[in-house]
Amino acid sequence: MSRASLLVSTGALIVVDDVTVNYGGGPPVLIDVDLTIEQGDLIGIVGPSGSGKSTLLKAMLGTVAPVSGSVRRTPGLAVGLVPQVETIDWNFPVTVAECVGMARARGLRLPWITKRERSEIADVLDRLGLADLGGRHIRELSGGQQQRVFLARALFTSAQVIFLDEPTSGLDVRTRHDVLHLLDDLNADGLTIVLTTHDLNGIAAHLPTVVCLNRSVIGAGTPEQVLVPDVLERTYGSPMEVLEHGGMRVVVDAPIGDNVTPLRRASGGASA
Amino acid sequence: MSWAELIRPYEFEFFRNGLYVATIAGALCGVVGCYVVLRNMSYIGHGLSHSIFGGYAVAGLAGVNLFLGAGIWGVVTALAVGGIVRRRPIGSDAAIGVVTTASFALGLALVQLYGSPGRNADALLFGNVLGVTTSDVWVIVGVALATAAVVFFFYRPLLFTTFDSQVAAATGVRTAWIDALLMVVLSATVLATMNVMGVTLIAATLVVPAVVARMLTDSFGKMLALSGVIGAVSGFVGMNASYHLDVASGPTIVLTSACFFIVAYVAGGRLRRRAGSVAHAH
Repeated sequence: MSRASLLVSTGALIVVDDVTVNYGGGPPVLIDVDLTIEQGDLIGIVGPSGSGKSTLLKAMLGTVAPVSGSVRRTPGLAVGLVPQVETIDWNFPVTVAECVGMARARGLRLPWITKRERSEIADVLDRLGLADLGGRHIRELSGGQQQRVFLARALFTSAQVIFLDEPTSGLDVRTRHDVLHLLDDLNADGLTIVLTTHDLNGIAAHLPTVVCLNRSVIGAGTPEQVLVPDVLERTYGSPMEVLEHGGMRVVVDAPIGDNVTPLRRASGGASA
Repeated sequence: MSWAELIRPYEFEFFRNGLYVATIAGALCGVVGCYVVLRNMSYIGHGLSHSIFGGYAVAGLAGVNLFLGAGIWGVVTALAVGGIVRRRPIGSDAAIGVVTTASFALGLALVQLYGSPGRNADALLFGNVLGVTTSDVWVIVGVALATAAVVFFFYRPLLFTTFDSQVAAATGVRTAWIDALLMVVLSATVLATMNVMGVTLIAATLVVPAVVARMLTDSFGKMLALSGVIGAVSGFVGMNASYHLDVASGPTIVLTSACFFIVAYVAGGRLRRRAGSVAHAH
């Protein structure tokens, strides 16, 4: 059974029902999108740049209001967001512990991190392999560690659903694998995860559920159901092929033809 | 200079009042300035003080309480800037430039046409310790206590909204409300500080201590505390220098904090080079 259902189901954590979104009366960024997020889902939303991936996340988070349709969330649902690393001000004076601790910002709280919170932060950091880094400035960490700090911040809010916007952007292959395995472990512990990604082979192909988005939902299901030439071409507007390699599905551009023009140097051959 | 000469100004009530206001205002601006600097809104202090000058002139003409009228004007201006930035594709620096300079121009025009209400316009523009009254001391104490309460009780939402507004909003923080709260605090700070610093130099008291503190620490909590201390010391030392050098209080306070900046800049560079050479040796 596909866990990201195009149909509205009962008992879902978040139901996106026929949602259309635009910014300031401009052209629609999302058109009639239906999506249901259920407890325990690990969903990857893929699509070309400008396809509305981040907007769909914002609509589910409630920071963007649809012009039509509705987004229904389970009352009291705690959500966390891991932003794109490109949006972070790395010169902001904040240590790892401060960064995680700021997440509990709702209601009246003491300004300093309490003894109990310090212990909880230490547990979260330890779980994500960041033990002993609480006093470091966020800029002093590696790319993978930085990504995990913001994941730790989301976990510290006791979020039931965590949204990640391009979590592996700019990471090397090894770090990307580490992040993917970490997300898988967290999902196995019961955390519901929704992420956007450009990385079809490194990330999307490994997820249990993939949603192909290009303003509308083009397809949703397992990678075997969705990462197929027809759905990919309708999603990306360009022909793609899917190969089998070592038991894995690998998406590649279609051979150069009418739709893809070779670079001049490639067509001219190597020069001495 | 003998000790007796050094403490001589403390005999005068006007100086003691000025010293209290300058020191408390320095701490207050140091703390509030951290949020201003980290939000890349350094220009807002400059703009807001100019805007409040306009409100001061309008309040005088309307015959309402000058402090209250100018304060409300400042809050409305700050909220208008925030509203424009949210609703139109205009950067905060440009919105501040349009709204606050228009307000300042209105103030100048009204003062020229109808004269300065209450205090001398020059004193408002450049700061004048002689104009500080006991009631001014109580006003700055009140604003400082209110600001301390806001920072204490809203420390985390203020930090979260300043660092990562989008994520803060997504996780349930009422960021628009927090932004508005900060603008109210900023307006009150500028208004309460205007007598000593003058309209033209308030921005420096907001920005310089925060920048110095930022160069000295990578922790937000420590930056907030350091900036408050640097601001208070600048106010205290600058106020004393103002008396002994016979220069307006605003410039001496700003020059004192500028000295902190130079020391932090030089020391910071040396520390970084030393850290780099140690790392290289290892």
